[in-house]
Amino acid sequence: MPSLKDLKVRINSVKNTQKITSAMKMVSAAKLRRAQEQAEASRPYAERMERVLASLAASVADRDGAPALLAGTGKDQVHLIVVMTSDRGLCGAFNSSIVRQARRLARDLRRNGKTLKILCVGRKGRDQLRREFGSEIIGTIEGVGRPRLSFDEAATIASRIRQMFDHDEFDVCTIVYNKFKSAITQIVTAQQLIPFAPGGAANENADPELASYEYEPEEDAILADLLPRNVGMQIYRALLENAASEQGARMSAMDSATRNAGDMINRMTITYNRTRQAYITKELIEIISGAEAL
Amino acid sequence: MADTVKFELVSPERLLFSADVESVVVPGTEGDFGVLPGHARLISTVRPGVISVFQNGKVTDRIFVEGGFAEVTATGCTVLAEHAIPVAEIQRDKAQQAIQDAREDVEDAKDDETRKEAQKSLEVAEARLQAVDVVVY
Repeated sequence: MPSLKDLKVRINSVKNTQKITSAMKMVSAAKLRRAQEQAEASRPYAERMERVLASLAASVADRDGAPALLAGTGKDQVHLIVVMTSDRGLCGAFNSSIVRQARRLARDLRRNGKTLKILCVGRKGRDQLRREFGSEIIGTIEGVGRPRLSFDEAATIASRIRQMFDHDEFDVCTIVYNKFKSAITQIVTAQQLIPFAPGGAANENADPELASYEYEPEEDAILADLLPRNVGMQIYRALLENAASEQGARMSAMDSATRNAGDMINRMTITYNRTRQAYITKELIEIISGAEAL
Repeated sequence: MADTVKFELVSPERLLFSADVESVVVPGTEGDFGVLPGHARLISTVRPGVISVFQNGKVTDRIFVEGGFAEVTATGCTVLAEHAIPVAEIQRDKAQQAIQDAREDVEDAKDDETRKEAQKSLEVAEARLQAVDVVVY
């Protein structure tokens, strides 16, 4: 049986852990709120961009000579997967669920004989993918969104991807990230970035009146200007969603860790009290039987 | 018909400006255009330059944008810009420094692609300086 002192030490150490996890939970809650506000603030831009783009794309797509970012290279051989994870752990299943999805996607592509390239955003994703796809990882971007995610960071990543595309280094680009739904629910999303695929929702939102717009310069020129911007915007959006998801996941992970620590402390305190009681009883018996012997 | 235009300037990070104004002048790629109430529906790209906001016949706000695109309807004008800064906040010496840096970049560029990029930032830098120097009347 562990001694009283051992128990006391263990209880104290669990108490300390609990203090840390509950502090982390509160920090995450504050950061989550900020991330959500940021995501909210980016919405007007994204919505308008999407609306204009969807209707422009619809009118240009069927014609020849549509920009490559929209129509693709005409091939489907080289795939680039951008895996967006966090740099830090202790956030529940957040990173591993993204990695799992990315791994599944990568294996599928491999089985179909496609060439694979992986770009990691965030250290955790690289660490987990390195063993299986070490030779396919072409780069890692770390330290994104610290102290605060800015559009420039997304633009830097976007321009790197665009440059690769211009150099014919891949045909299709997919980003994998966690879409934020609530603090406890995040949805792993694989979204095709290049060639641009207007989402179903975007099509429904397409303003029928947009047809009556005048364009200056022509539609093609506007589209050529807009599509690269859109790549940046989509990445910015994915990073925002991811940041919010990360904080949400960490918050709930730390919440349950705090609760588990509480349970553990309760259990150990009961054992501690019982043990103490047992010692007292034992000592009493010793005293009494000693007195009786006289 | 309303006699004001709802002008909105949006960046990816936030809504920068939103107000009912008399008119705005936007630097379109193919020339500046003014937006008054009842303007034809128009979508245009925007070159680096200054957006002027008019209230009561006077310029009340001048905002520098590094390009983007504008959506105009009969009742409103929305400009989507990745970077925007009020002209009053541009620092002249910094703007000049930026031009210098951009010029050097253009000269140092090793291939066409980097040169094109550098050329673009040079244009932005020059437009920024111009924005400071132009006298408002």
